[in-house]
Amino acid sequence: MSAVAPYQPAGKPPAHRRGRRSSPTSWRWIDRIALCAAWIAGLGLCAIAAAIVIYMGVRGFEYLRPSLLFTRPAPSVSQSQSGGFLDPILGTLMLTLVGVVLAVPLGVCSALWIAEYGRPSWLARTVESSIEVVAGTPDIVIALFGLAIFQLGLFAPFSFTSSGGGVYGRSFIAAGAMMSLIALPPLFTATRDGLQTVPMHMREAAFALGKTRITTIRRVLLPSVRSNIATGVTLGVSRIIGDTAIVILLLGGALQLETQGSAPGLNLLRGTGPTLTSYVYDNSPAGEGGAPQKAYAAAFVLLVFVFALNLLVDWIGRRQTRSTGMTAAWGIV
Amino acid sequence: MTPEEMLLDRIHPAPVEQPEWTPDAPAVPPVRTIVLDRPPVAVVPPPQRNALREPDASGPLRLQLDSVGVAYGAKQAVKSVSLSIHQGEVLALIGPSGCGKTTLLRTLNRLTELTPSAGSSGEIRLDGEDIHDLPDTTLRSRVAMVFQQPNPFPMSIFDNVAFALREQSRKRPRRRELEPLVIDALRRAGLYEEVHDDLDRPALRLSGGQQQRLCIARAIAPRPEVLLMDEPCSALDPISTGVIEELIGELRRDLAVVIVTHNLAQARRVADRVAFMYLGDLVEYGTVGQVFEEPRAARTRDYVRGAFG
Repeated sequence: MSAVAPYQPAGKPPAHRRGRRSSPTSWRWIDRIALCAAWIAGLGLCAIAAAIVIYMGVRGFEYLRPSLLFTRPAPSVSQSQSGGFLDPILGTLMLTLVGVVLAVPLGVCSALWIAEYGRPSWLARTVESSIEVVAGTPDIVIALFGLAIFQLGLFAPFSFTSSGGGVYGRSFIAAGAMMSLIALPPLFTATRDGLQTVPMHMREAAFALGKTRITTIRRVLLPSVRSNIATGVTLGVSRIIGDTAIVILLLGGALQLETQGSAPGLNLLRGTGPTLTSYVYDNSPAGEGGAPQKAYAAAFVLLVFVFALNLLVDWIGRRQTRSTGMTAAWGIV
Repeated sequence: MTPEEMLLDRIHPAPVEQPEWTPDAPAVPPVRTIVLDRPPVAVVPPPQRNALREPDASGPLRLQLDSVGVAYGAKQAVKSVSLSIHQGEVLALIGPSGCGKTTLLRTLNRLTELTPSAGSSGEIRLDGEDIHDLPDTTLRSRVAMVFQQPNPFPMSIFDNVAFALREQSRKRPRRRELEPLVIDALRRAGLYEEVHDDLDRPALRLSGGQQQRLCIARAIAPRPEVLLMDEPCSALDPISTGVIEELIGELRRDLAVVIVTHNLAQARRVADRVAFMYLGDLVEYGTVGQVFEEPRAARTRDYVRGAFG
């Protein structure tokens, strides 16, 4: 056995060649059909998405006037008198705010408990299935349940009360509380998945420095899942913005923001009002049918909101990878 | 050709004619010169130690293990190990994979307690105190640990070290108070010169070797008495390994160092005493010279000669 390496031709390596592949004509029929179906499904989905965006875009540009964004809706049969949708935009923002403020602590804390404590295991399983139940419940059912809850005398301070003492159970607080349940599952899942990708040795490193579990969570784990939480919040917000059933049941079909009580700020939250989704519904041919043009314009604004949020999710995801190298580094470890 | 003949031809193909050897063809084909990367230039020269030298006059006794056993459920990972670990010396735990080295190491700062099924027996005394009587947080700041994977936290270099120094107190010490301590720790870990211009850089931007030295800085910042190292160089390149080995040699002045390693050459270079573990048993314990040159047990002899492992 000589120690000489076999002859290696010097110089540039030859260009890469692509090997011959089997031709689909030799495939089984089921495979040929499946291949076609996969292509058609993918392209078809693109077509559907494009159709929605283009149709709503055309309609939106056709009917949307800047003045619509800044005028309040008014109860009038005449289209020129019925105003714009300032109130629905404000209503959507308020509802989102209430929903997020309630959902974030709930979602993050439950995800932390599952990922970091999660014992006894039967309790962890119960918590996870509870979240799944909430995620799987149709929003109209959640809305109905919310109405039942907030109509109890106990929760009277949170909503409209009639002069006779009857509790309507309708307010931004009530709707926001139920919206937080809509936003909870994506928030919980994003946070839990983020925590599960933090490698075990990161926790051990903190424990080995003599830190308690709760300190580790606060100073090491929460900062590293910040962007996961942000993604979860954004996903939750887009669900809140798009939900209609809860708005219809728990805010009613109000056209304008109506206050309840006298405390500034709080009176808005205790009152009811429209959101973009209920405004679209009310103005569409399916609702009162008054003004489909305004429904299209409002739907366009709604779509812009949701797209902006989706872009935000993407951007958060990319920024994390780029700026800290965290995901990249942990991907290898 | 009959089918049988064709089959036979397939099994035993007729010999292919070899081209005739001609004198003018080169007898030995030309050998391509393979240009290696430039030879590694260690920033710090590798430690020159005499493998047969006796350890330095040992410092005070730090850790005393008395018939320590660890079991995961029914599986006995470490069986009755008794050792003493002194300041000023490096103890290397060597042995094949799965022989309880890391488990033993993690028992010394009670990190095994994170595994619910693990149970330990025997007694470990840190400066005469049973470690099970100390709160886990106190114990772990006195018995620090460095892991196999460099694992800095996703925060700045400064905050990584400062995190170790901040007590579980209500009041956070200010940066002004912490800065000298952080810089001192980075200096002792041999990292300060490389990062001093920007301590607020994210730690995850450092190279692997720098990250590991940051982890060492973080571990030694609270001035622990014992430093546990679990294969600290196995994820690093040779240059970084050399730097860290040199660092271990310096650190042992102030600390007792216990290092788990799979790398026998590394154990020879850095350790003063060596403990050879096999299937949970402490088979051999002695100075580097004893264990490597005159092992008492046949198992040790076979292992250090590379017969198994």
